Order: sequence, then C-alpha cells, then structure tokens
Amino acid sequence: MNIHEYQAKELFEKFGVKTPKGQVALTAHDAEKIAKELNSPTTVVKAQIHAGGRGKGTFKNGFKGGVHLSKTPKEAGELAAKMLGQTLVTIQTGEEGRLVRKVLIAQACKIQREIYFAILIDTATASPMIVASTQGGMDIEHVAETSPELIIRQTIDPLAGLLPHQCRKLAKQLGFSGESSRLACRLFEALYKLFIKCDCMMVEVNPLVQTLEDDVLALDAKFGFDDNALFRHEDIMAYRDIDEEDPRDVEASKYGLNYIGLDGNIACLVNGAGLAMATMDIIKYYGGTPANFLDVGGGANEQQVTEAFKILIADPKVKAILVNIFGGIMKCDIIAQGIINAVKAVSLPVPLIVRLEGTNVELGKKLLKESNLPIIAADDLGDAAKKAVEAAGVK
Amino acid sequence: MSVLVDKNTRLLVQGITGKAGGFHAKSCMEYGTNLVAGVTPGRGGETFEGKVPVFDTVYEARKETGANATMIFVPAPFAADAILEAADAGIELIVCITEGIPVQDMMRAKNILKGKKSILIGPNCPGIITPGQCKIGIMPGYIHKPGNVGIISRSGTLTYEAVWQLTAQGYGQSTCIGIGGDPIKGLSHKESVELFNHDPGTEAIILIGEIGGTGEEEAAEYIKAHVKKPVAGFIAGVTAPPGRRMGHAGAIVSGGKGAAKDKIAALEAAGIKVAPTPAEIGSTLISLLK
Repeated sequence: MNIHEYQAKELFEKFGVKTPKGQVALTAHDAEKIAKELNSPTTVVKAQIHAGGRGKGTFKNGFKGGVHLSKTPKEAGELAAKMLGQTLVTIQTGEEGRLVRKVLIAQACKIQREIYFAILIDTATASPMIVASTQGGMDIEHVAETSPELIIRQTIDPLAGLLPHQCRKLAKQLGFSGESSRLACRLFEALYKLFIKCDCMMVEVNPLVQTLEDDVLALDAKFGFDDNALFRHEDIMAYRDIDEEDPRDVEASKYGLNYIGLDGNIACLVNGAGLAMATMDIIKYYGGTPANFLDVGGGANEQQVTEAFKILIADPKVKAILVNIFGGIMKCDIIAQGIINAVKAVSLPVPLIVRLEGTNVELGKKLLKESNLPIIAADDLGDAAKKAVEAAGVK
Repeated sequence: MSVLVDKNTRLLVQGITGKAGGFHAKSCMEYGTNLVAGVTPGRGGETFEGKVPVFDTVYEARKETGANATMIFVPAPFAADAILEAADAGIELIVCITEGIPVQDMMRAKNILKGKKSILIGPNCPGIITPGQCKIGIMPGYIHKPGNVGIISRSGTLTYEAVWQLTAQGYGQSTCIGIGGDPIKGLSHKESVELFNHDPGTEAIILIGEIGGTGEEEAAEYIKAHVKKPVAGFIAGVTAPPGRRMGHAGAIVSGGKGAAKDKIAALEAAGIKVAPTPAEIGSTLISLLK
C-alpha cells in the first residue's frame, strides 16, 4: 500500500519527525488560504499522486510540472487551480496519467545539502538496518554500485532499539556537526520510532535535508507498510487511496485473491504462490507470455474461482486461460465443479486449458469431460503450458 | 533414515480446537504421526478426537506428555507469541503453519530464539514430512513415498509437484521440508541442506527456490564447498517483474537482489543441475542418479 506525500507529512508530525509545515488542499481557494496561514516567504505547491517524477511531468492541459514554487498566497492558489482536476503524466504513470485531486501546500526551505536516509528490515540478520549516504538526491542503487564506500549501514538490535551512540556515529558519518548533529540524531530517533510503531518494512526519506539555517528536516518519504500488520493500524489503513490503484488489483483483493496484472496474453489461475510463479515461467519457456499472476490459495471456494475467471476475461489482451491446480487438501472434483460453474456463469470467450493433479483427480477429470464444455484437458504441467501457448496462437 | 522427524516424534498442536488446526491435526494423526497433545488457552481439560488431551499452556503439555515437536495453527496476530511459548517450554522442533504474521513480530521472535535450542520451521509453510513415519503439516500425505531423496522448498504446491514427479517415477523421499515463504523465517535453505548432507538416509537432494532474498545463494555456496551428494534445483519467478510481490511476502525482486536468473547462475556455479521447467524437477534429479 502506498500513501500520499501529505499523508507522509501527517505521520512525520505525529511522531515528531521534523518536516516543513504544510497542508493538503482540495480547492484553489483552500490552497491560497493555507499558503497565507503558512506565512512563509516562499511556498511549494505539489500535485498529490502516487507516481514519482511529478516535477518533470506535464499535465494533459499543457501545464508543465506537478511541483512549483510560489511567492504569494495568490500565486499558490493560481498554481493549484492549474493542477486540480487535471491529469498529470509522468515517467511512472504511463500515457494515461493520473487525475490530480489534491495538492500539498508547504513551506519551501533553503537546502544546503541532501542526504539519503532509509530504514528497512534486513532479512539476513532479521533486524532493522539504516542505510544512508551523503549522496542524497542521486539514484541510491547507482551510488551503491559505483561508490559502495559512500553507503553507510547500521544494523539495529530490534530488542534494544536504536541507541544514542549509533545515532551520533551516523550523524558524524553523514557530515553533521555541532547543533545540526544534535538535530540529526533527534530526527533519526523519531524516524526509527515511526518505523517500529507503524510496522514498516521500509521508510525511505527522500530527501532528508540540511537547510542553509542548519536545520535538519525530512521533506518526503516513501513508506513500505507490512500488509500483514495493517489490521492493527486503522489510521494507516484509512490512508488507502483506491483511485490510485489498478482496478483489476482492487477487484481481486475484494475477493481475497492474490492477483497481479501483467502484459501477456495467457491468463493463469493456480493454487499456491510458488506454483503460480512456476506456471508463468513454463508459459514463457514454451514461447507464450503470462497475462497475470493469480494464486487462488489453498482453500478457494466456488465464488472465488468464478470471480477469478471474471477478472481474467475482463483483460482484452487475454487469448487463452490456463488453470493449473495441484489438489492437496483441496479435492480435484470440487475444483472441477467450481470451474464448470464458473465457466457456465461467465461464458468464456477464449480457450480454456485445465490441468488437474492430486486428490480425487480421476473424479475431477471425469466431471470436466462430462460437462461437455469446451475445456482442453492437459496431462501434466508441461503439456498444459504447450497447449495454452498453442491455443493462444502465439506460435 | 530421515531428518528432524521420524516415528519417535511426539507431536503437539497449538490451536488444535480451531477449524484448520483440528482438520490438519486429524489428518496428521491418520497419516500415522504420534499426536500426543493439543494446546488452546482456556480449553484445557478437553480431549481432541476423544483421546488426545488438550492443555491451556505448552508448558503443561510438554510436562504431561513429553511432546518434542509442535505444529502451530494459531491466528497470525498471536502466532509469534505461540512460537516463543513453545521455545520457552523447551519444545525441540517448532513448525509454524500460520501465514500472515507481521514481519516485525517475526523479527523480534527470531532474535529472541537466538541461543535457544529449538529449531523453527516456517512460518507460512506447508510443514515437514518423513514419508511413512511422521507428517507435521498440511501436505497431502499420499503423494509421498519412503525413499532417499531430501527435498527443500519455500512453497507448498510447488513442492507437491516435485514430490509427485518423483513418486510417479518410483523414487521416494527421505524427508521433505517446506521452509516457508516469509522474509523472516526459521530454518533456511542452507541449514536444511546441511541436515540432509549429514543424513546417511538421504542420497540426493532437491532444492526448490524462488525470487527474493539470498537463501538459495547461501545454500549454493555451502553445497559447492561441502556436498558430494547429487543436487537438482529449480527456481520459480523467471518471469516475475521487479518490485511486485508474488504472493509470498518474501518473493519480491528489490534493490537489484533476488532475481531468478542470479539464483539459477549461483546454483549452476555450485554444480547443481537446474531443471529448465517446473515439469522437469523430478526427471532432472533422476537423471543424476543414473
């Protein structure tokens, strides 16, 4: 789940992470009012969408840039008017762009230098790790590759937490001294508290800045929340913005299906994540391209299978559907009945290839055969993939 | 021979009065596993299936029945605590089936487990089985056959696929370990390989991996240095796009790490024969035995 910049700012404020003052506006009028209240010589107006590259993006109405500085409240209002209700196209949105429904109005700060600062969970040590660099504002993966010595790493014992001496060491390594070092330490501690209390997998501050006045601020951050922990964070759940998500993913999550849309033309429906990935791989191996990842889980019921089929055939690129089920606890005859009912309910526009294996497999195959539905039966996984690629007419 | 579990294993099930816990406890018992106790807080004094005593705490269950392994079906919000309860009670083998445990819960649990003698398998895993002797998990027992191939995998159904391919060709398994799909887990690929390497009853090994993390690479290094037994491998997720989590919380290619092609290269560099497709995992292993 992703959140907006203005929501990140709210989280920062809640946990005492110092950040420039700002507020979200839904109208140009509000934008002007907020800018006036901020009482800052310069404010920044930023379009709120989940995709990156906003500053260099272009609106479909021709207005350039989703991030602008303004000198007066009136100008802030005018800028907001040009962005709100318009569609912003950036390198990350694709051609269709994203509708801007909200703008953030914030105090602009005079930046002396930018720092990269992230906290993540290092799975190798099962501990939080701080990854930081004085090379802020640059692509951190590029820095890690070309100048690994500029990347600072600090493992934190989760049972002890981030300790004061670790903060001081980090501040020193990142080039802070005197008062700015003290401010940096306070910021690190607040960020770590946020990271733990919000059950984050990752917090990437982008950027963390030292201002000309030697203040230390977090401007924006990318959060990776743990989906498994959201049940205990109603406040973060409330940040979810369905308008920013792929409608296919939203539909799938409604029915508890694990679906990820891809660009190929062979849809697949599989039980188990590992087998689902392996099914995509074997489709590719035989010359096809998978249209999606879909794991219906170990205990999928008939309604879930029907909804899964609806999502698969709603994709106009799909030319064939491959169902691969290894019935363990789930019995093949029950799955077969689910498929039959689903196919009857949705009237399939493309060939359907079914491979069943496992418990009650003979009964399952018999049901499919006697249904007289146009289902292509496959003997094993390899056979299924070959038949799907052939049916999709890729070769 | 086998690793970790056999006919002497005395199993306890945490969450035995729940729907999934009860169903699978019964299925393990029917397979022949020696189920000696169940634990559900507040339900102590009851019996499961008319014969297995249920206790309020793992401590009591251990003391009264001598259970030395546990299978956990406790709901995700409480599962990390259930793991630690079992470790505190001195249970030697902890198999956690529960999926969806918060990562930070597992992070703390894993650090608390350091220095304790308990071995954790999972969470979010199918479990472990020594065919014909002991099944602790949710895998269908009948697809297995006693034999001498050790199997290690992160995923459930993909493991069944490999097991079935072997069994159908007449090749049995010593033990199959499903280590689970979470980013922070107990037993690793490498530790599982070590166990099989030292087990005289295991003559060949199948290592099944997927995108994300570096567990397969670490196992490959160990294999290169220490393992003389033939090893076949498979890595799922060649077609997975970077940055998208493929079902398992651990299955994600991020920060340029964990891509399938890198894992396959690491396996091959260690002398492991990698199956080109998931349909050929069994035949790839068999080709090494001839």
